[in-house]
Amino acid sequence: MGDVVNIVLKRLGLGLVTLFVISVIIFGAVEMLPGDIAQAVLGQGATEENVAALREQLGLNDPAPVRYFDWLAGAVVGDFGVSLVSQTSVSEAIAPRFLNTLFLAGYAAVIAVPIAILLGVIVALLRNTLFDRVANVLTLTSISSPEFFLGYILILYLSVKTGAFPAIAKLSTDMTFLELLDRTFLPALTMVLVVVAHMMRMTRAAIISLLASPYIEMARVKGMPAWKVIVKHALPNAWAPIINVVALNLAYLITGVVLVEVVFVYPGIGQLLVDAVTKRDFPVVQACCLIFAATFILLNLAADVGAILTNPRLRYKK
Amino acid sequence: MESKRDVLLEIRDLKIEGYSDEKWIEIVHGIDLTLHRGEVMGLIGESGAGKSTIGLAAMGYARDGCRIASGSVEFDGMELTTTPESDRRALRGSRIAYVAQSAAASFNPAHRLIDQHTETPVHYNIRKRQDSQEDAMELYEKLRLPNPREIGFRYPHQVSGGQLQRAMTAMAMACRPDLIIFDEPTTALDVTTQIEVLLAIRDIVEQYNTAAIYITHDLAVVAQMADTIKVLLKGDEVEESDTRSMLDNPQEEYTKSLWAVRSFQRDQKQRPTGDAVPVVSVENIDASYGPVKVLEDVSFDIYAGMTVAVVGESGSGKSTTARCITGLLPPTKGRILFNGEELPADYRKRSKDQLRQAQMIYQMADTALNPKVLISEIIGRPAAFYGGLKGGALKSRVDELLDLIELEPSKYYNRYPPELSGGQKQRIGIARALAADPTFIICDEVTSALDQLVAEGILKLLDRLQKELNLAYMFITHDLATVRSIADEVVVMKQGKVVEQGPKNEMFTPPHHPYTDLLLSSVPEMDPDWLTTVVEERGVDNIGEAANT
Repeated sequence: MGDVVNIVLKRLGLGLVTLFVISVIIFGAVEMLPGDIAQAVLGQGATEENVAALREQLGLNDPAPVRYFDWLAGAVVGDFGVSLVSQTSVSEAIAPRFLNTLFLAGYAAVIAVPIAILLGVIVALLRNTLFDRVANVLTLTSISSPEFFLGYILILYLSVKTGAFPAIAKLSTDMTFLELLDRTFLPALTMVLVVVAHMMRMTRAAIISLLASPYIEMARVKGMPAWKVIVKHALPNAWAPIINVVALNLAYLITGVVLVEVVFVYPGIGQLLVDAVTKRDFPVVQACCLIFAATFILLNLAADVGAILTNPRLRYKK
Repeated sequence: MESKRDVLLEIRDLKIEGYSDEKWIEIVHGIDLTLHRGEVMGLIGESGAGKSTIGLAAMGYARDGCRIASGSVEFDGMELTTTPESDRRALRGSRIAYVAQSAAASFNPAHRLIDQHTETPVHYNIRKRQDSQEDAMELYEKLRLPNPREIGFRYPHQVSGGQLQRAMTAMAMACRPDLIIFDEPTTALDVTTQIEVLLAIRDIVEQYNTAAIYITHDLAVVAQMADTIKVLLKGDEVEESDTRSMLDNPQEEYTKSLWAVRSFQRDQKQRPTGDAVPVVSVENIDASYGPVKVLEDVSFDIYAGMTVAVVGESGSGKSTTARCITGLLPPTKGRILFNGEELPADYRKRSKDQLRQAQMIYQMADTALNPKVLISEIIGRPAAFYGGLKGGALKSRVDELLDLIELEPSKYYNRYPPELSGGQKQRIGIARALAADPTFIICDEVTSALDQLVAEGILKLLDRLQKELNLAYMFITHDLATVRSIADEVVVMKQGKVVEQGPKNEMFTPPHHPYTDLLLSSVPEMDPDWLTTVVEERGVDNIGEAANT
């Protein structure tokens, strides 16, 4: 097991390096945006004195590297500076929004991942049958429909016509957990529909690619029924690619949900990001991007560790 | 022998079809087979003879893309071709078991050995898990596996190939089946490991009076194991009789040709006298993969027109030595000389002419040839690269090379590797090496993936080319029969060191280094009593890996 710890530490180190590079890119990209930040923030009230004063106040007159390291030093301890628009702490603005996003992503993942893997196993077992084809067509349809379209369809049928679930996922602090689940069901379902196909098809492909292995033939000539061949003999060897695609989709659930949040008016980090971009609130934009990057890196790390833990060849030495 | 012993398996007019090019093609053309309880039948033939397909059909099983077209397979009074699949499945593993060629590939890497062992008995409620685990340990002990009470709790990658093959035999025994199909169980093993596995299999089959179908292409192996032998050719039976009369007095021409394969032997050449300089000199090289030292103080010379066979078991450093000579793995110590001149250790620092002089032919022609590239280009590329040939000159050079390897140029010029047979592919590999116009060729197990008749053709071709082009060969092999037929000198390697070297006739006559002796005496012979004799000489506990350390 010492090896696993070693690998994790190494990947974590590499992740930090990646994150550093990304922070440079984010900062540089924002720097390169055309126009003057102070002018953009002040908008119509941008007199020359106002702009100069704001530049002074925001420290925009310092050279870029100085400002970058100021920003980075803050970001490392969780202080992303002050919002240009609201003049409040960026961290305080982001924290509750990010938690909301994590909640929604977790909600969707708890439904989507088991369904996707189960379906993947079933279609691998029933490959090339009618069931396989129908599942294929349905999941392809759901993956190729834009989220906002799926969201509106669900609102139309599950909310407007039947009234089964609320159409708007506005949160308040006094809701019980069950109310919370009910309120956010439709956005979660939309996201489930978007990610389930990818994971299911990967599970199916990973399993089927193993079916020509000699150990699968061995399981068959040992008299194992088809489901056991798939579940006990193919699936355990297919985890690595499945875990990878799951991690990729989890990252998407966290970072790619802007449209769903907008449709359902859900107070997540995606909406915050979009608002910040339109208002040129750069500290918020930078912070959101950095958080998204960290999410990707952490999930990929988790996928690597998962792949190692499910592979006895890596877990146990010769 | 009474004629009306208990018949266990009766196959009548069995026809099996395989699906290819969008139609069903018959690959087994009406085979009859009768097996009695406790009897061991050897199925022998070249690849494509249908041995494995028939073996699996005896379990009522057909691989994906195959189907039993007609005929009957009657196992212990039950007609398997008409029985529902669920009933057939219940027979598999419990009453008819299968031992596959490569245990390393056939054990599931994700589960411990003992969990795979207990799977069938537990699934069919034949034994409780605890009981089956105890039984597994007993079987491991009977099969002389080390640490029988502990080894089952390892994963397949933690156990050596020979041990895995025995563990798989134990797994086949888990439900005490009436019949076991052994499908080339020792083909992938070194001779010293093979002998151990053969003995273990023979003992356990005798002990439990299990009937077996033993599939192999190695006559000497089947001679040790089988009571009767059936010879197959392209899905047809050639002949069948009991082992002794089959060996002493084969009836059919095909069988006789199989028996005669190992007779090819060319005259042994002597080193040139005087101050001739060897084409290749390996001088005291050490090499490592990372921190692991894999070669230690390896030295030998190869003279023009001569063949040096480098023999040893897997992991002995044969291929690593070749990698050092070609500069793929720079040695950490020592020198490689080419015609007396020191070569840079790294191939990237060698001149084009130095690179041209040494070429390689690989074991798996399948993977060594790019399937998407035309034969003419595969051969033409090195000719163009080293010889600077273009256009018409290049084409006539490729034609000339195809002629050399005895393939009709007009027929093969515009074909792709997948359209060729294994032997033809290996010939293309040879032509590609010749295209550079080398003086030295490394042949890395070039015949071990081929059937014996085909392999013999390749050996004869290599021999002819050597005479015509005065080539020096380094011939890496673990097969001593190949050494006997083509080598002039032999280098025996073990654990990265040269244990013995010298002219072939000296190597094959005593006294030997003890390791050479072990290697030589572990090669099965056509005598059916060979295994028994060797065991008596060495003692049961001193066979194979045990004797090796």
